Amino acid sequence: MSPQHDLNYHLAQLTSDLDARISDHFEDVVIEISPLNLLQLAGELREIGFDRLGMVTAVDLGDEFEMVYRVTSRALSSSAFVKARIGRVDAHIASLCDVWPAANWQEREVWDLFGIDFVGHPDMRRILLPEEWPGWPLRKDYDDPNVIHRPDYI
Amino acid sequence: MAKGGVGVALVDRIGAALNRTPGGIILTSVDALVDWSRGQSLWAFPMGTACCAMELIAASFSKFDFDRLGTFPRPDPRHTDVMILAGTITEKMKPSVKLLYDQMPDPKWVVAMGNCTVSGGIFYYDTYSVVRGADTFLPVDVYIAGCPPRPESLQDAIVQLRELVKQESIAPGNRRERKGNLPRVIAEGGDAQ
Amino acid sequence: MSLEVESRKPVVSEDGLPVEELVVNVGPSHPSTHGVGRFVVHLDGDVIVKCDPVIGYLHRGIEKMAENRTYLQIVPLTDRLDYVGSMYANWAYCRTVERLAGIRVPERAEYLRVIVCELQRIASHMMGIGAAAADTGAFSMFLYAFDLRERIIELFESLCGARLTYNYVRPGGVSFDAPEGWFDSVSAFTAGIDKTLDEMDSLFFGNVITRGRLKGIGVLSAEDAVACGASGPVARGSGVNWDLRKHDPYSVYPRMEFDVIVGDNGDSYDRGRCKLVECYESARIVDQCIAQMPGGSVKAEGLPRLIAPPPGDAYDHIESARGSLGVYLVSDGSPRPYRMKVRSPAFCNLALTSKLVAGHTLPDLMVVLGSLDPVFGEVDR
Repeated sequence: MSPQHDLNYHLAQLTSDLDARISDHFEDVVIEISPLNLLQLAGELREIGFDRLGMVTAVDLGDEFEMVYRVTSRALSSSAFVKARIGRVDAHIASLCDVWPAANWQEREVWDLFGIDFVGHPDMRRILLPEEWPGWPLRKDYDDPNVIHRPDYI
Repeated sequence: MAKGGVGVALVDRIGAALNRTPGGIILTSVDALVDWSRGQSLWAFPMGTACCAMELIAASFSKFDFDRLGTFPRPDPRHTDVMILAGTITEKMKPSVKLLYDQMPDPKWVVAMGNCTVSGGIFYYDTYSVVRGADTFLPVDVYIAGCPPRPESLQDAIVQLRELVKQESIAPGNRRERKGNLPRVIAEGGDAQ
Repeated sequence: MSLEVESRKPVVSEDGLPVEELVVNVGPSHPSTHGVGRFVVHLDGDVIVKCDPVIGYLHRGIEKMAENRTYLQIVPLTDRLDYVGSMYANWAYCRTVERLAGIRVPERAEYLRVIVCELQRIASHMMGIGAAAADTGAFSMFLYAFDLRERIIELFESLCGARLTYNYVRPGGVSFDAPEGWFDSVSAFTAGIDKTLDEMDSLFFGNVITRGRLKGIGVLSAEDAVACGASGPVARGSGVNWDLRKHDPYSVYPRMEFDVIVGDNGDSYDRGRCKLVECYESARIVDQCIAQMPGGSVKAEGLPRLIAPPPGDAYDHIESARGSLGVYLVSDGSPRPYRMKVRSPAFCNLALTSKLVAGHTLPDLMVVLGSLDPVFGEVDR
């Protein structure tokens, strides 16, 4: 059985079990899921063979944040994006530190720049900015009088 | 000025005494000798944070070799005369830089190397965490433009700095005032010295 | 920001004597931290009990700045991310823009990109090994490594005019074609490099003091390396056979013959030696590229003045000297990106520090950092 065949079979299971929407994006698979099922999906992906978490990030879409995770499997020679949307007010999502320890610092960075709380993270504090920094800089509505905006002249 | 020990007080007294002699020939000759020897051996504190630090290291070793100018990077601020600020200074880093500057003994000079330390450089717009120019909180003596400046520029800056070193004097009354160098408001926690 | 560390916690030893845990603050300005990183180290006598890295002293908000700049204006910002390897930092970003906008890069530009990336990899490894050597006290190795690095920087200077931040790889190709005689200079450089690398190998890695200081320090198992997101020489030193150039190939790497260098023990010695041996392979790749170099232009045809990709997102990555450097871009159809995220290998590798130094002594912290080779421009962005 080729690795791809395995992957498709497992992904089909996930779609039915966890209400995931699977699509293709260039060579990667994109799995869209509700944030409530994220931790379970992560565990399932780890079982399938996605042993490496590459990237954790967030995109500010206005009234929602979209969490984007990228996981890679060496054995299956494939990578997958996991996307979950969470509401802006009281933004929180399950932490994946138990599944992939690589999530530790990446989630701290997302907390630092977006203010998204990761429930279950062992060490939730700012990592890039000083501890007492007010606000979440990468949010689109971040207002800081110290910022000098570049004039729009293109 | 930092409170000195017995040795500093003695030099100050000699300088003040020489200042009272008519013509000041002895004082200026002594000053010229002291300042010349100081300028030929300016030990640098490499406050390298970012990309300019790579050029600072390149200027100090292998091909460009700072040592032939008498300048050697010393990692301890208490051994150095000149602080070379190489790289972007962020709000988080600012207190450390100020603390290290305060730990340097007098007389001391500051070289702002690279666009980021001169004015914020490429990080002037749209960023929330960069200090726009080292002279907002430190008295800078030499500004070097460039992103990053060539190692030869840095070496030229040290050669130019010798002109400023010549303005130093062992007599307390004749020393160069540093407060006047600050064009902007000093950040909280800093004093001009 | 507070520079203070926690107060000492008294502990009682087995004999009933009160023993204090000493908290030592290393950095952010320290001759051995490869940049501005701070490590709050808890010591029990001589042994490190806990090490907490504090980063962010070079956080310049590049991701936020990118949201107000056009796609071409972001290229100089990517230079300043991994400033020891500007060429491949530019390339990772440009690959993502090209993927997002559907730009096809001409062959000659791809070959030039591979040549400069591999030369930059050698220069970056020289910086990494040289700094690691200087931290352990082997200053001569530092000077040897920097001499080699200077020769590469001279080649880059004749190619694009800059010594450190090149702004050379741009979306759609590269900015300038190689000047006349440049390929001959590069071939002359790679012809002599094997001998220089052999010398460095025996000078530093063959030295009994280096072996004593580096072997067995900071051992990382292969499972931990993968689970904790390590990549590049840090993961390969632990035996993880994963190199994006071979296992997820991009650009013209499928046409190149080279080996992936993998270590056995996962200690600092193996990580450092992986970097040195990779330089031989990089020189091989450069020679093959020069032999296969096609003609043609170095910029994509029909490239618009303002690149405005269709709405969507894209991720692309390259194998940088530190690991898998990726850029994730979200576009909303305008000439400026909606979100740019840089997946920094040095950030993920540095997260391993506390795990690697536990149980070792304080000088071993410098050795471990030298082997992890962080560049704080990339760690902090």
